[in-house]
Amino acid sequence: MDKNISFTLKVWRQRGPKAKGEFKEYPMKDISGGTSFLEMLDILNEELVGKGEEPIVFDHDCREGICGMCSLYVNGHPHGPEGGVTTCQLFMRKFKDGETITVEPWRSAGFPVIRDLMVDRTAYDTIMQAGGYVSVNTGAPQDANATPISKEIADEAMDSASCIGCGACVAACKNGSAMLFVSAKVSQLAILPQGQVERVRRAKAMVAKMDELGFGNCTNTRACEAECPKNITISNIARLNREFISAKCKD
Amino acid sequence: MTKIDSKIPEGKLAEKWTNYKNHQKLVNPSNKRRLDIIVVGTGLAGASAAASLGEMGFKVLNFCIQDSPRRAHSIAAQGGINAAKNYTNDGDSVYRLFYDTIKGGDYRSRESNVYRLAEVSNAIIDQCVAQGVPFARDYGGSLDNRSFGGAQVSRTFYAKGQTGQQLLLGAYSALSRQINKGTVELYTRYEMMDLVIIDGRARGIIVRNLVTGKLERFAAHAVVIGTGGYSNSYFLSTNAMSCNVSAPIQCYKKGAYFANPAYVQIHPTCIPVHGDKQSKLTLMSESLRNDGRIWVPKKLEDAKAIQAGKLKPTDIPDEDRDFYLERRYPAFGNLVPRDVASRAAKERCDAGFGVNETGLAVFLDFKYAIERLGAEAVEARYGNLFQMYEEITDQNPYKTPMMIFPAIHYTMGGIWVDYELMTSIPGLFAIGECNFSDHGANRLGASALMQGLADGYFVLPYTIQNYLSDQISVPRFSTDLPEFETAEKSVYDMMKKLMNVKGKRTVDSIHKEFGLILWECVGMGRTKKGLEQAIVRIDEIRKEFWSNVFIPGELDDMNPELEKAIRVANFIDMGQLMAYDALNREESCGGHFREEYQTEEGEAKRDDKDFMYVSCWNYQGEDKKPELLKEELVYEETEVKTRNYKV
Repeated sequence: MDKNISFTLKVWRQRGPKAKGEFKEYPMKDISGGTSFLEMLDILNEELVGKGEEPIVFDHDCREGICGMCSLYVNGHPHGPEGGVTTCQLFMRKFKDGETITVEPWRSAGFPVIRDLMVDRTAYDTIMQAGGYVSVNTGAPQDANATPISKEIADEAMDSASCIGCGACVAACKNGSAMLFVSAKVSQLAILPQGQVERVRRAKAMVAKMDELGFGNCTNTRACEAECPKNITISNIARLNREFISAKCKD
Repeated sequence: MTKIDSKIPEGKLAEKWTNYKNHQKLVNPSNKRRLDIIVVGTGLAGASAAASLGEMGFKVLNFCIQDSPRRAHSIAAQGGINAAKNYTNDGDSVYRLFYDTIKGGDYRSRESNVYRLAEVSNAIIDQCVAQGVPFARDYGGSLDNRSFGGAQVSRTFYAKGQTGQQLLLGAYSALSRQINKGTVELYTRYEMMDLVIIDGRARGIIVRNLVTGKLERFAAHAVVIGTGGYSNSYFLSTNAMSCNVSAPIQCYKKGAYFANPAYVQIHPTCIPVHGDKQSKLTLMSESLRNDGRIWVPKKLEDAKAIQAGKLKPTDIPDEDRDFYLERRYPAFGNLVPRDVASRAAKERCDAGFGVNETGLAVFLDFKYAIERLGAEAVEARYGNLFQMYEEITDQNPYKTPMMIFPAIHYTMGGIWVDYELMTSIPGLFAIGECNFSDHGANRLGASALMQGLADGYFVLPYTIQNYLSDQISVPRFSTDLPEFETAEKSVYDMMKKLMNVKGKRTVDSIHKEFGLILWECVGMGRTKKGLEQAIVRIDEIRKEFWSNVFIPGELDDMNPELEKAIRVANFIDMGQLMAYDALNREESCGGHFREEYQTEEGEAKRDDKDFMYVSCWNYQGEDKKPELLKEELVYEETEVKTRNYKV
């Protein structure tokens, strides 16, 4: 059975994008180790509302690690110190009794704070809109089995496609680079036969949009890979670099 | 009494959809540009519809509640999507998929709709592959299939345990392409608050911008809602936190019939409830039932010892294990449909054989699969699910059986639609989980993804034209019209009333209490007495909510507590509708199990003579019981049988 722990929560509160933010401390008592990190925040918010105060604003939705909505920089790590999970899959049994747990929003020029721990990640959608797709209309494409795709290729594409678009890679990167996110989509479609026709245009368009939106450059520190909750590897970035250079060479 | 016209086309079952498409009215390309369509929701149905309508040349306004369309809860579907491809050569066909779906739905769905669903299923797989969805493949490079509950063929396509994610990202990519082209305008962090009707037709919506808290108005020639189901009425369900029923309830209050609200699906393989602080339940994919064996101890004393923590499941020898699904349903075994598996678990737990400290859990054991296939093969199939289970429960499913228990997962009921997916309000369409049409009283696994994408890619884009063809000369509407003014004011007044209650209880505390009433009385086993009590208790809870809720913050600012409160107000109305419907339906079918109506063996007992109809509830005003209308179900080409998964 899980034990109960008590700890101090140090949370970033910020009223709006332009407002000055500050850390506030909240003592937490007897929280069961089987409580998820977000349920722990629910408990705190219930207490705050009970006292007539406004709750801490944070993004969350599916609470099973797949929608990519939750964020939070916990003790200096996006999605917390545990590897391979999102914040909603982080459980309090991973923390120590008496600890101080620091909770901040994603901090990056590309993701401005909306309120408290909630940030604006529409830049990711904008990059996808620039070219993260195969241009095929709804209708009657060829039979799904008409083009065989080897299991290795399908599996590799699936690994790249597992990205949940949460933004942890940007938050982890000292340059605020979105390369891991962009490269995962570029890789998925560059590997598969369906993506070949637009391969060159896609790599250029998505990189150009990423640069335009103020994300930084990649300097191979590999922080993104280390913090990615879905274990997306930087071999995707290597592929994106090759795709981009060969696309530029064709100009 | 109002006559329900479901507009089923003439002809033989297999020819209806072709006939319809050959004779429906179309809108020519230059006119499409002059017609606006609002699509609310960006899940599989909403995103695929918005993208397809945009491609066709309509101007689409697409709304979602999250910060990005890719977050919609379709993303969490794990197992797969059905199609009648018969790539495995095990005898599948459009007819068989149709038949399994009708039978799985316990003969309470509309024959023509289900046939059409089976018919377009193959095109969905083709479409998704063309978009670059990385479905699992075999070593020869062909698409791989797995089996799911309620079918004797392998027809489920999958992408690891993340099929919903990959299909949604496919639809999201198609949507992104249209946004880039300018045919679709996207509005994120917006929630629909009301439907605007002008001269009897749906012409717009009132939405709340969740960042600024301000109400905004949008007009269009037609409105499509794809806002999902109402599982979160129960507070604890497998749905995402923001899933809600506000849009359908508002449409219902404006005249859209709500159909079959009693049909909710209880998924047999969820992680059991722990503690009272839990925010949601986690589903373990149904695909686990392919290789996992479900059991409880045969001896009551063993069960008691496990509950008390004195025995471990691994201490129980095989001969003392009761594989109750295999025992009761030899032909389908662990792969019986969800409703049957859920009830069987409840039956064992009610009899005292449950296996965790609350007695509300059964085992799902992979020991046998590991012996048969090796741990590596099991890991390749279910590795991510096992990992997820261990993260949550701190137990290793390779070494000890998983514990599972049924939880609310999906709602088959929804806004009533005709064959064209149009509601009883002209110009208002409902797609995906939000409508009622295809799953009858119970949905089979891997059919939700199929239905969402069928509606969005292949059905609505045709049928909506039949409605819009005579709208081409209707100019765009101004949002300054009095109808918009009135609708916005009523939403504003409702929010103000909520803010002004200034009571003592938090929104969640009331929602939890309400959810428990639903789970007890309108859950897995329902009785006349329980439902009558539920109706009274729901009324009390509504009064408590409107007189004692406390919401901090401001009305016209970002306010997550106010957002939740508005949703709970609608959940309460929804719960009442569910109770009315469950009380009215004096039979057991699919997800609706009335304890008074069961066979001697404890199986659901349908009453086809009196209840072979869709219950359509027609709103009559606050504090008035809604009027019940009936759409009789006619099975022209299907022999109606008792569902039997034993032989």
